Amino acid sequence: MRVAGSAAFCARLLRRQLVLGLRRPVEIGNPLLFFAMVIALFPLGLGPAPDTLAAFAPGILWIVALLSNLLTSEGVFRSDFEDGSLEQLLLAPQPLYLSVLAYVLAQWLLTGFLLGLLSPLFALMLGLETGAIPALASSLLLGTAVLSLVGGIGAALTVGLRRGGMLISLLILPFYMPVLIFGSGAVQAALAGAPAGPYLALLGAMLCLAVALAPFAIAAGLRISVDA
Amino acid sequence: MGAQPTPGGLLLEAEGLGLERGGRQLFSGIDLRVGQGDLVQIEGANGAGKTSLLRILAGLSRYGFSGAVSRHAPQLFLGHHSAVKGLLTPRENLAWHIAGEAEFSADEIDQALAAVGLYGYEDVPSHALSAGQHRRVNLARLYLSRAPLWLLDEPFTAIDRSGVADLEARLALHLAGGGSVLLTSHQLVAVPHPLLRLDLATGLLQ
Repeated sequence: MRVAGSAAFCARLLRRQLVLGLRRPVEIGNPLLFFAMVIALFPLGLGPAPDTLAAFAPGILWIVALLSNLLTSEGVFRSDFEDGSLEQLLLAPQPLYLSVLAYVLAQWLLTGFLLGLLSPLFALMLGLETGAIPALASSLLLGTAVLSLVGGIGAALTVGLRRGGMLISLLILPFYMPVLIFGSGAVQAALAGAPAGPYLALLGAMLCLAVALAPFAIAAGLRISVDA
Repeated sequence: MGAQPTPGGLLLEAEGLGLERGGRQLFSGIDLRVGQGDLVQIEGANGAGKTSLLRILAGLSRYGFSGAVSRHAPQLFLGHHSAVKGLLTPRENLAWHIAGEAEFSADEIDQALAAVGLYGYEDVPSHALSAGQHRRVNLARLYLSRAPLWLLDEPFTAIDRSGVADLEARLALHLAGGGSVLLTSHQLVAVPHPLLRLDLATGLLQ
């Protein structure tokens, strides 16, 4: 039997996942729409005074980004589990670590990456100082990647459950906290005129740790879910 | 997987397999040696554990059973679910399959789809196809795969009569070429090839 090389196989998985995602544009649009709607609600709730909004903006933007990630991370493996594709993936001779990484990368490109790119727009809606926008975008790009990896663990563990949504939140929300703290910290530092670099470096370190460890946990979670 | 068949041509060995589910012993003491050119049909009533046994042999179930399985050859597992994505066309489903085999050429894929009676449906989104056609897309993998050992769970489900005949012809060809097939099915398999029956209730291979 000819076996695909690991890199070629990952590229195939990535392409497949991206095409699947792009054929359901609603699923890509929903988290962004959710983000935009919630951001639009804050001026109504907090009052439209630009000073108040700008002061809360880093926290608001980061919390909404986290919640929108929580909404989407549940579904990464769901359809593949239901139609039997996941069984085939687990039986594939390629290392599951890399396959899982390709899945999460595709999910991140369609959610966190887009969110990071569009975040300057949302930041302007809240009157965030333009000087803090680079810190916001880069912290979101790094942070959402960590969130997607951690969220993948929860998704893998709950993929076999009918209503895993609440459980996944309970499972992974604690692991989201450090990302939230340092992510919004980076933006607040930039607002205060301090360098955001150290915060971004910490987020980068978390990303390295998550890339190294999360795929193992996701792979194990998938094996357990398919075995059950 | 990826290992070479043993000198004796053994592709799969299982010793003393037993499974208990919900306090009931489904089967026990199953010994199985599948060599090149063997056709084995796993038989048992509904709920006897046929699918569970196949999943253990494939390596999908790793815990909760007794006994040992050693796999000496790459295998192709087709389960209950068709593993066909509704958003992809049949051609894309086969080209971007996630079972880890090397890429199939466009010609190979077109020929396989034609062989399962899906000529003209190559580029139709799969969600527009019927359940039987989904099964056929999945069965097209039998025409593409180079894996010597096939594990097929109820391959004849939802397939019409001519499809069954085609499938049996394909199985015969694979067996004649030195491949092996392990399948669960409630119906008689009309393949001109010696058939071994594994009765789960008694654990005997005849």
